[in-house]
Amino acid sequence: MSSVLCPEIPASGFSFENCRRNTLLETKGFAVPKATKTGTTIVGITYKDGVILGADTRATEDTTVADKNCEKIHYLAPNMYCCGAGTAADTEMTTQMISSQLELHKLYTNRVCRVATANQMLKQYLFRYQGYIGAALILGGVDVDGPHLYQIYPHGSSDQLPYVTMGSGSLAAMAVFEAGWKRDLEEEDGIKLVRDAIAAGVFNDLGSGSNIDVCIIRKGSTDL
Amino acid sequence: MSPVENALVYDGMDWTNAAHSTGTSIMAAEFNGGVIIGADSRTTTGAYIANRVSDKLTKITDHIYCCRAGSAADTQAIADIVSYHLNFHGMELGEAPLVEVGASIFKELCYNYRDSLMAGILVAGWDKLKGGQIYSVPIGGMCVRQPVSIGGSGSSYVYGYVDANYKPDMSKDECIQFVTNTLALAMSRDGSSGGVIRLGIITEDGVERRVVTELPKFYED
Repeated sequence: MSSVLCPEIPASGFSFENCRRNTLLETKGFAVPKATKTGTTIVGITYKDGVILGADTRATEDTTVADKNCEKIHYLAPNMYCCGAGTAADTEMTTQMISSQLELHKLYTNRVCRVATANQMLKQYLFRYQGYIGAALILGGVDVDGPHLYQIYPHGSSDQLPYVTMGSGSLAAMAVFEAGWKRDLEEEDGIKLVRDAIAAGVFNDLGSGSNIDVCIIRKGSTDL
Repeated sequence: MSPVENALVYDGMDWTNAAHSTGTSIMAAEFNGGVIIGADSRTTTGAYIANRVSDKLTKITDHIYCCRAGSAADTQAIADIVSYHLNFHGMELGEAPLVEVGASIFKELCYNYRDSLMAGILVAGWDKLKGGQIYSVPIGGMCVRQPVSIGGSGSSYVYGYVDANYKPDMSKDECIQFVTNTLALAMSRDGSSGGVIRLGIITEDGVERRVVTELPKFYED
């Protein structure tokens, strides 16, 4: 029995009660407000001396193109960048949050942050929200152990791979990588492969379009 | 997540958001010097293979590994948490933790969070108290020791094969062949398992990892 003198102690941890309510309301015919999604093609590869990330620049609200030139390659640290697909707001806020934590971590430890650290922070953050943060990410960077590339799903699972694609155009982009990726690619060939992969997404997927952004992370330098 | 709103624009995020990897074939078997663990290498999101070279054999401590089946997010998170607890326990203890203790931590998490987790795990390892051991922690959070154990969707196809062919106290090479054959059979019948076979041989000396790319062939017509 709860009263002013004896308040009911709420259960610890997150409550997903409202999420369950919302799914129920949805089945009863209440429309959910539309979030700006990045119907997207994002890709990443490792090459001889680093990683190359690529993304298209279209943001959609249902079938409308909301932004014709949005940036989907987010800054995490000087040696690390992150492509985001899914809910635009979620990818932006998630990467900003982890970027801030990585900066503090760097000042605390006086070392260059490892990519594995960023991966662990991102996956633990996304797992905590059980997939309700709709951020599908490609994390790439170079640290003391060399180049690393991870793909992270909204539910909080991650894989380390030499080449990855995500978003609605990922199938088209993966087809390009499966045909053209080789170990120890030269930088020029790597950039060309990434451009072709995004172009495949732009041409074959309606959710992806506009321009192509490319980010090259080498040991000691980054080009966006 | 709403379903496909418009037939023209396929909202691809629907399947990227879906939970990952339910189809798997994993197994572990005791032999005379320790245990052999094995798994396929396929991670799926619906019908799409998200990773064809995944590693479902995850290190917990130097002598304890786990085979993961079910949601990739759930099993990775559990393995990370158990790894933290068991290594902390190992430091306090001042020696290598027991496999039984590792399995017990897995069980505790899987049982307490049984309503929100989708995880079927095999915990395998070697310790000086009981030698090579395998503990099965299936979906409800039970924990039981077995001399040989299989898991994942592919396992249902090979229960008979395992019962017919497993012998206690096999040699290392004999057991490797047995695990490889079992997994190859499971992978050929289960659509959501496939790729290569990853093996781990856990003995007193530690873990030896192997990859089998040329799968053994059986009746194929």
